[in-house]
Amino acid sequence: MTPLLQVRNIEKRYGARIGCADVSFDLYPGEVLGIVGESGSGKSTLLNCLAGHLAPDQGEVIFDTRADGPRDVRQMPEAERRMLSRTDWAFVHQNPRDGLRMRVSAGGNVGERLMAVGARHYGDIRQTAGDWLTKVEIDTARMDDRPSAFSGGMQQRLQIARNLVTGPRLVFMDEPTGGLDVSVQARLLDLLRGLVRRMGLSAIIVTHDLAVVRLLADRLMVMKSGHVVETGLTDQVLDDPQHAYTQLLVSSVLQV
Amino acid sequence: MSYNFAYLDEQTKRMIRRAILKGVAIPGYQVPFASREMPMPYGWGTGGVQVSAACLTPDDVFKVIDQGADDTTNAVSIRRFFEKTAGVAVTEKTAEATVIQTRHRIPETPLCADQILVYQVPIPEPLRFLEPRETETRKMHGLEEYGLMHVKLYEDIARHGEIATAYAYPVKVEDRYVMDPSPIPKFDNPKLESPALQLFGAGREQRIYALPPFTKVASLDFEDYPFDPSKAAHPCALCGAEDSYLDEVIVDDAGGRMFVCSDTDYCASRRDTGEAA
Amino acid sequence: MITVTDLGKSFTLHNQSSAVIPVLEGANFSVAAGECVALTGESGAGKSTVMRILYGNYLAQAGRVVVNGLDITTATPREILTLRREVLGYVSQFLCVVPRVPTLEVVAEPLLSLGVAEDAARARAVDLLTRLRIPERLWQLSPTTFSGGEQQRVNIARGFAHRYPVLLLDEPTASLDAQNRETVLTLIEEAKAGGAAIVGIFHDLEARDRVADRAIDVSVFTPRKIA
Repeated sequence: MTPLLQVRNIEKRYGARIGCADVSFDLYPGEVLGIVGESGSGKSTLLNCLAGHLAPDQGEVIFDTRADGPRDVRQMPEAERRMLSRTDWAFVHQNPRDGLRMRVSAGGNVGERLMAVGARHYGDIRQTAGDWLTKVEIDTARMDDRPSAFSGGMQQRLQIARNLVTGPRLVFMDEPTGGLDVSVQARLLDLLRGLVRRMGLSAIIVTHDLAVVRLLADRLMVMKSGHVVETGLTDQVLDDPQHAYTQLLVSSVLQV
Repeated sequence: MSYNFAYLDEQTKRMIRRAILKGVAIPGYQVPFASREMPMPYGWGTGGVQVSAACLTPDDVFKVIDQGADDTTNAVSIRRFFEKTAGVAVTEKTAEATVIQTRHRIPETPLCADQILVYQVPIPEPLRFLEPRETETRKMHGLEEYGLMHVKLYEDIARHGEIATAYAYPVKVEDRYVMDPSPIPKFDNPKLESPALQLFGAGREQRIYALPPFTKVASLDFEDYPFDPSKAAHPCALCGAEDSYLDEVIVDDAGGRMFVCSDTDYCASRRDTGEAA
Repeated sequence: MITVTDLGKSFTLHNQSSAVIPVLEGANFSVAAGECVALTGESGAGKSTVMRILYGNYLAQAGRVVVNGLDITTATPREILTLRREVLGYVSQFLCVVPRVPTLEVVAEPLLSLGVAEDAARARAVDLLTRLRIPERLWQLSPTTFSGGEQQRVNIARGFAHRYPVLLLDEPTASLDAQNRETVLTLIEEAKAGGAAIVGIFHDLEARDRVADRAIDVSVFTPRKIA
């Protein structure tokens, strides 16, 4: 099987400081990769390099495109890359305000990606948007309300619907449950896991919450000071950590 | 005291003409230009005036309308401006004019091939209210990412049950660039496909764009909510025209109102030739 | 189905002056299809460690652990995940599930992830939950709110949903009443009869004697230095 994403030697520097360096991995269809590490470990830099929001100084990000097979995303013309990021890719921001249009209704937020790829039938767009709101457990009666009138958890679910409506194959998530209270987090995790399985999505999730990756990720990458210090099966890395930093990270979690 | 012909110096007019030519070559594309200070405030048509200045020749016959009327302050002062600085002939008759500067209307009388229609444009960027970053909107035009325009129309329908945008209704030019036709009523949109050359000037925003004759101009819409160039369902109270765009005029303190043609020349000429009922 | 050769395991505690704690050394054993093997030894002898290494949950420092032809000491995470999905089942003592997911789905999930049709997966889940006496009114609730014994039974139902060719059981009968214990033992016997290779830790001696064909004393593998 061809990996959906092949990452080779990604490096990003901020002047003399290393954002991330020497990162390589393969992501297969249907696989969920968790990236953990403390603030400043380079995990968000890496995610943004992969998703095309930052230009890495070095390395390759090879995506298995529908039309032409594996291609280095960095070599693609910008038009193609942007098309990719609103069709086959999705990006869920930690703060829903970064991923939503706050002055556009919930339905319009979900419909935008459809219209961006050429949907021109209002009734159909509305129908699809309604279906997705239901999938993320938002009452369709709220469809014409703006996200500014939604709770944090609803906003995050709306962001997910908006991202998944075009049936992407790869989802980038940056602390998707950060800033939500625990019961809302649980609901979101359940939702994400169901969607990932039903749609056969591949996902890369950046988080510092080890409980989140234990439930969502198949594999784990632990980052420290811009480098990957340990990788492996999620439960193996968490239960039998090999690197000093991972041991510290795992032992620092408060037991409830 | 004498001015250079049409107020602007020759170098400036050449610079503007180059921008106009580029705009004609790429219909609907916003060409940046070095907008000059004009002896009138921004918002009073400085962009249109500069485009007119660059187009006018001594033989031209110039007409200015503001919301369809030749006799409003803005129209009168711009007409006088060019009478004084260019010495060109002026007219109120659409059919006699060779260059027509307009604010917010397209004349009712069909234009012909040897005419130029110059629009005053306040905000040239149709994506502005959806995406405030200029760097981003330029990229969106460059990459033809126009989904956002339909989001705006979607919001209209969701909120009002129909596309409620009544003026500055966005159009797609030659299946490529999405363009703001300036704040003309959507009733005028079908007239954008015209034998005349149409030029758009935005002074404060420093942009010029153009529709060469017979350019394809499609108003954006949805399959199930097609574009509808509607207007008030009345005949003109003065000339009886049923096919012209109407202004609603309050006539007394009791709320009495009448609907009259916004195009004063069209209305007057109908009444002169006895077409009024 | 399982072949363990020269297995060694130690823990290095980097944050406690890099103390190295050897746990296993020179472990050799194998388990055939249709056989049930009980791991024995005192508390702390390394029974759970062996189980976790067999499941790929702990890394081995030395030796080979071949399960259904795959050496899990060198396998990629993806290969281990496939193995776990299709071949290798594990009933642990603790239930680890996403909160809010209904019990019925928790139990059906191993089948659903194998691509079994929703109806068939649910039918199997219903059958197991019924046999393990989980009241039907609880099926649509998340097991995270259940009592310890109920969670344990949900865990067992989930572990037996797919007929894994290799099963690891960590105290499957702990905290169960007589009836449910009987059901679990029957399930184990059925799995054996179905050809599964089973490795278990049974503190319940009676249960061990009933289902296990032989025992492996893990304390033999305890490194001599500290023994």
